[in-house]
Amino acid sequence: MSAGGIVPRQSFQEAARVTLANAQMRRNLGHATTTIREKRLRAVSELPNWEELRDEGAALKDHVLANLGDYLLDLEASVKRRGGQVHWARDAAEARGIIADIAASHGAREVIKVKSITTDEIELNAGLAERGIHAIETDLAELIVQLAEDRPSHILVPAIHRNRAEIRELFRRKLGAEGLTDEPKQLAEAARLYLREKFLTTKVAVSGANFAVAESGTVCIVESEGNGRMCLTMPEVLISVMGLEKVLPTWQDMAVFLRLLPRSSTAERMNPYTSFWSGVTPGDGPREFHLVLLDNGRTDVLADEVGRQTLRCIRCSACLNVCPVYERAGGHAYGSVYPGPIGAILTPQLLHLEDKNANTLPWASSLCGACYDACPVKINIPEVLLYLRGKITEEKPLSAEAIAFKTAAWVMSEPHRFEGAIKLARMGQGPLVRNGAIHALPGMLGGWTESRDLPPIAAQSFREWWRKRPAPEMRGTDGDAQTSEGEPIAPQREDGVPL
Amino acid sequence: MTIDLFITCLNDAMFPRTGEATVKLLERLGHEVRFNEAQTCCGQMHFNSGYQEDALRLVRHFVETFRDAEVVVAPSGSCVGMVRDLYPRAAEWAGDEELLAEVNALAPRVFELSEFLVRHLGVEDVGAYYPHRVTYHQTCHAMRILRVGDAPLRLLRNVRGLKLAELPAVEQCCGFGGTFSVKNPETSTAMLADKVQSVLSTRAEACTAGDNSCLMHIGGGLSRLQAGTRTVHLAEILASTEAEVFA
Ligand code: SF4
Repeated sequence: MSAGGIVPRQSFQEAARVTLANAQMRRNLGHATTTIREKRLRAVSELPNWEELRDEGAALKDHVLANLGDYLLDLEASVKRRGGQVHWARDAAEARGIIADIAASHGAREVIKVKSITTDEIELNAGLAERGIHAIETDLAELIVQLAEDRPSHILVPAIHRNRAEIRELFRRKLGAEGLTDEPKQLAEAARLYLREKFLTTKVAVSGANFAVAESGTVCIVESEGNGRMCLTMPEVLISVMGLEKVLPTWQDMAVFLRLLPRSSTAERMNPYTSFWSGVTPGDGPREFHLVLLDNGRTDVLADEVGRQTLRCIRCSACLNVCPVYERAGGHAYGSVYPGPIGAILTPQLLHLEDKNANTLPWASSLCGACYDACPVKINIPEVLLYLRGKITEEKPLSAEAIAFKTAAWVMSEPHRFEGAIKLARMGQGPLVRNGAIHALPGMLGGWTESRDLPPIAAQSFREWWRKRPAPEMRGTDGDAQTSEGEPIAPQREDGVPL
Repeated sequence: MTIDLFITCLNDAMFPRTGEATVKLLERLGHEVRFNEAQTCCGQMHFNSGYQEDALRLVRHFVETFRDAEVVVAPSGSCVGMVRDLYPRAAEWAGDEELLAEVNALAPRVFELSEFLVRHLGVEDVGAYYPHRVTYHQTCHAMRILRVGDAPLRLLRNVRGLKLAELPAVEQCCGFGGTFSVKNPETSTAMLADKVQSVLSTRAEACTAGDNSCLMHIGGGLSRLQAGTRTVHLAEILASTEAEVFA
C-alpha cells in the first residue's frame, strides 16, 4: 500500500474486458457521458472568448510550473502567517502518516472527508483504518462508492457507472433507508439524513483542494452539493491535502480558473458552492488548519519537458466525458483514481514509468484527439501519449512486436524492399483469402479479425499500375486513366469483388 | 500545377484504386501529376506504436523523397496529419535540428486531398457524378489535426446524383487507431459497433471518408455483418463521372 490508489492491478486490456462485458454499466456510462458532452458544448459556446481563456489558463499554469518552488514557498509562508501549519509529503506513505498522526493526536475515531481524489491517490482511508480511524465520505458520489465497497470510476462523478436503481438498493441495505423511490431528491434526502449527524459530531475533517493562492495562503474548493462547505466549517480540525501543482500565484489568476473549471466539468456557468479558507480565524470555522503538500512523483513529471504539461490539469474531467475509449471501457479499466485520458498520461508518469500495468495506459487510446480539443488548459494529451509510448517501448527488451516493427521500418526505408514485401504478402495471403476478404489473421494481428474482416493485398499495387500507364501522349486528351491492359475501369475492385 | 502524389503504403498495397482515382481527378482538373517511386510509408504506424527510432528512418526517407516537391497531396488524412503534426515532434524528440528545419520547410506543403482541392485550389465542384446514397464519416485526424472542416462535404454536395445522408454521432472515432485496434481489440470493437450502427441507420449504400485506414476498419465491420453497405474512398467518388463510374 505504498504508492497508493494509482497502481493498477491489471493491464488496461484485461481490466477493460470487465466493463465491456457489463451491458448495464456500459449503458449507464454511454448515457451519462453523452448528456454531459452535449451540455458542456453548450456551456462553452456561450463564451465568445473560450479559446483565449484556454490559452490564458494554459499559460498561467505553465508559468506556475516554471516557478513552482517559489510559489510553494510563498504559499507556505502565507499559510503560516494566517495561523495554519504546512507539511510536505514526499510520497503517499508520508502523507498518510502525517494525516493519521494529526487525527490521532486529537483522539479521532472518525473523520469526515470531502473532495477525496487526492486522498484516494494516497489511499488515505485504508491508512486511517490501520490506525483505527474510520473515514466517512461526504460527497454524495464518493459516499455511494464507499458504501458499495466499490472504486471511483470518474474524477467528478465517481459513481457515474451506477444508476439510480442501484443506488436506491444500496441506501436501503447500508443506510437502512426503507421505502425509497428512484427519485434523485429522495436519494439525496436519505444521504443528507445520514451525513447531517456526521457533520454535527465529527471533530476532524480531511479535504482535498482545487486551488491554493500563494499570495494569501487561501485554499479553495468548488463543489455542487454544499456538503463540502459543511465539512470545511463544522469540525474543529481541518486537514487539506493537495498536489504541489495546485498552487496559483494570485487571486486574479483564480478568476481565470473559476471560469474554466465549472463549464468544463459540470457544464455550469458557475458552480453552486465555492469555498475559500485561509489559516484559522478566531471564533469562526476550524480551530486548527493543516495543509499537506503532496509530491508523490510530481517533481519527476515536472522535470520532463514534454510530460510536464500533464501537471496543468485542473481535474475538470472534460477529457473523460469526450473520450470514446473511456465511454466504452469505463473508469475502472484505468486501474487508478485517475481514469480516462488524463489518467492514461498521469498515472504512468507518477509511477515513474516503472509499473508494468500502468505502462499499458498510454496505449489505451485511439488517438482521436477529442481530449485535447476539450481540455480547458490545452494539455496535448495525444502528444504526451505518443511520447510516453516511445519512452516505454525504448526500455522494453526486444519483443516479437519490436522485431516486427524494426523489420518493417527496414523494409519500408527502401522502395524496392517495400515492393518486394507487397509481392511476397500477396503470394502468402492466398490461403487466408475467402470470398475476397480475410476473415482470420494469425498471431499478433488476430485481434483484428475477432470482429472485422480485412481486404487482401490488391492484385496490382498502385506503383505497378503507375509504371504500366501509357505515356501522356498515348492517353486520351482528357487524361483518362486506363488500366495497362487497356480495359476500361469497371466498377469493381482490383481483387475482382464487385462493388 | 505540378503535384507530387503521396499514395501511402496502405493505399499502394491494398487500395490502389484510391491512388488511381486521385491521379485521374487531379489530371481532369488540369494538373500535372508525378509519382516519385522512391516513396514508401510516412512512419505513422511506427511512431504511434512507440517505435520512434524506427519511425525516424521513415521520416528521413519521406523528407528526402519529397524535399523538392512544390506540393505533396495524399488521399489520407492520417498520414498527412503525421507529416504536419508529428514530424516536427519526431525530429524534436530525437534532438535532430537539421531534420527539424527540413520538416518545417516541407510539412506546410503537404496536403490532404479534400483540403487541397477546396482550400488550395478553390475548387468545390470537380464535375463528378455518383448516383448513390452516401454518408460521410469525418475521420479524427482530418477533423481534429488537419481541421479540414467541411471541405469534403462541400465537394460531396456538388457531386451530381449523390444523395448525402447525415451520419449520426459524426464526431465519434470509429475505433481504428492503428495498432489500437489490435492491442485493445475489445474496446476498439465496441467503438466500431456503434459506428457501424450509425452508418446503417442512414440507410446509405456507401460510407465514404478521406482515409482508407478508417474505411478499412468500418468496412471490416460492415463486411463481417454482411451488411449491404460498402465503403468507398472520397477520391473514388470524386473521380467518377457520367462517362465512367469509378468507384
Ligand atoms: S486533462 Fe484537461 S480535460 Fe482532462 S481533467 Fe485535466 S484539465 Fe480537465
